[in-house]
Amino acid sequence: MAVTKHIKFSEEALAQAHKIIKRYPEGKHKSALLPLLHLAQAEFEGWLSPETMDYVASILNIQPIEVYEVASFYSMYNLKPVGKCLLEVCRTSPCWLRGAEDLVDYLEKKLNIKVGETTADGMFTLKTVECLGSCGTAPMLQCGETFHEDLTFEKTDELIVKLRAENKRSRYC
Amino acid sequence: MTMGRQLLLEHLHVPGIQSLEVYRQKGGYASVEKALKTMAPDAVMEEVKKSGLRGRGGAGFPTGMKWSFLDRKSEKPRYLVCNADESEPGTFKDRYLMEKLPHLLIEGMITSSFALGAKTSYIYIRGEYFYVHKILEKAIDEAYAAGLLGKNILGTDYSLDLYMHIGAGAYICGEETALLESLEGKRGNPRIKPPFPAISGLYASPTVVNNVETIAAVVPIINMGGEEYAKIGIGRSTGTKLISAGGHINKPGVFEIEMGLPVEEFIYSEQYCGGIWKGRKLKACVPGGSSVPILPAELILKTAKGEPRLMSYESLSDGGFVSGSMLGSGGFIVYDETSCIVRNLWNFSRFYHHESCGQCSPCREGTGWMEKVLHRLENGHGKMSDIDLLVDIAKKIEGNTICPLGDAAAWPVASSIRHFREEFEYHVKYPNKVKDPKHFHHEPFVSAAKTEAVV
Repeated sequence: MAVTKHIKFSEEALAQAHKIIKRYPEGKHKSALLPLLHLAQAEFEGWLSPETMDYVASILNIQPIEVYEVASFYSMYNLKPVGKCLLEVCRTSPCWLRGAEDLVDYLEKKLNIKVGETTADGMFTLKTVECLGSCGTAPMLQCGETFHEDLTFEKTDELIVKLRAENKRSRYC
Repeated sequence: MTMGRQLLLEHLHVPGIQSLEVYRQKGGYASVEKALKTMAPDAVMEEVKKSGLRGRGGAGFPTGMKWSFLDRKSEKPRYLVCNADESEPGTFKDRYLMEKLPHLLIEGMITSSFALGAKTSYIYIRGEYFYVHKILEKAIDEAYAAGLLGKNILGTDYSLDLYMHIGAGAYICGEETALLESLEGKRGNPRIKPPFPAISGLYASPTVVNNVETIAAVVPIINMGGEEYAKIGIGRSTGTKLISAGGHINKPGVFEIEMGLPVEEFIYSEQYCGGIWKGRKLKACVPGGSSVPILPAELILKTAKGEPRLMSYESLSDGGFVSGSMLGSGGFIVYDETSCIVRNLWNFSRFYHHESCGQCSPCREGTGWMEKVLHRLENGHGKMSDIDLLVDIAKKIEGNTICPLGDAAAWPVASSIRHFREEFEYHVKYPNKVKDPKHFHHEPFVSAAKTEAVV
């Protein structure tokens, strides 16, 4: 384990955090936990380390356990490091009907990893997720905030090339 | 054949309709002007009652009645919370509406909050819809700048703050009390009811939680009047409904239909689904999101009595769970003849197992057992007794959990076996034939009864 860096939001992120906290009534600032965890995940390489969660707890003045129990409940929070681009393929029935299983097989072969794994260069993590509300444009995958829909193998190839060239970390916010 | 009235999506294709300026040019925010300047809050609620509007998230509970339960004697602040956690497999209508017409939802939120006396309202949107969250935040900023939100809206005494709140991936947060827990910064564990949110909801204050489409429908209701709205549709299914159609059809997408449209027309007409893709035959349909019973082709097109099945709450549930289903969320999933019902059910059970919050043991354990049994059946390792075992597990989950996720997990199992038992038996009898995940692609399943009929 690397030496723990001092975890701190950038000034911009901190300002954003305080803006979010103001949305909730006085004394109800714990409500800001979910959006703040998203912000923290975007700030700190796409995942929530125990140190990051402790930091969020300190901002909201709540116990660390209140953060851990929430972070472990919701599927969008990564509790382990992930690749630069997190590819989340929808596998639920409406997508399955239109080729989601083939898409997952194709990505596994193309990236030479299994679902849940990260490529050796740390570029891609492949994940399957449940219904993303994109059933009319299936099959599809989400990478950061972007939905890539009506995917074919050709379009998937193009997407992988594009993501590699951009070399940017995917983020929701 | 004419397209039905478009009360929600009328201006969908107007360039720039996402902006406040264009939205207002097209008559947007008229319901806010009318309600805040010429009506008392209770009068707004009365119009909603008269309209017969029923919750568009899936349960179909009368909206006006839900509003009337709100504790108005409480000293605590009242809240309106919009449920934009759309996660029911097959459902993508709310995303479509929010993305294309963000101001329609905001207009509905203002008019509805006024009716309920809410001074602060929230839109809880699922985490995966972050890009839609941004679209709505921009629209909210525009509305504040134009004096449609904030202090003394349009110069009236009414003030409202409206905020977005983002989820983080949990189907269960679509259940209203789980949503409120999540909005309070906690795990999405549904609460035991009573008390209902109308008495003790967000921060233990009186709260109404309504679906996106329900709130958007308040706009045309106030503009045209509840009685006029109630004239559209059929029976107790008034107005229009957004249907998100997916699966094996030629034209997947979101369609606004007038309640009462025949299902056959919806599936085969060029205006809607455009028929079954690749020239194949219709095998089955889940008309209201993954939780509602699946129906074979003959029962989705016609009721057991032989009447045409219509897109309405009553017609889709005609025959109860023996031969009917539900309108649900309007997540319309169509299966062609190559689909395997067992594989579909395994997929659904995996979904519910994944999404169970874990509070109630029948759901937490039962969904996992069903997934495992279905996995072995689908992969050719099942036993005949597994079929009744599944029915037994489903029965023991149904009705024995705090929230309806347990029921939602049980119903597809019960209905799939009721209508397609022979197909489950086939998986036990011919294990080698089902090893290929696409076993019915090359040779669609034909029931013995049908083979005999052809002979």
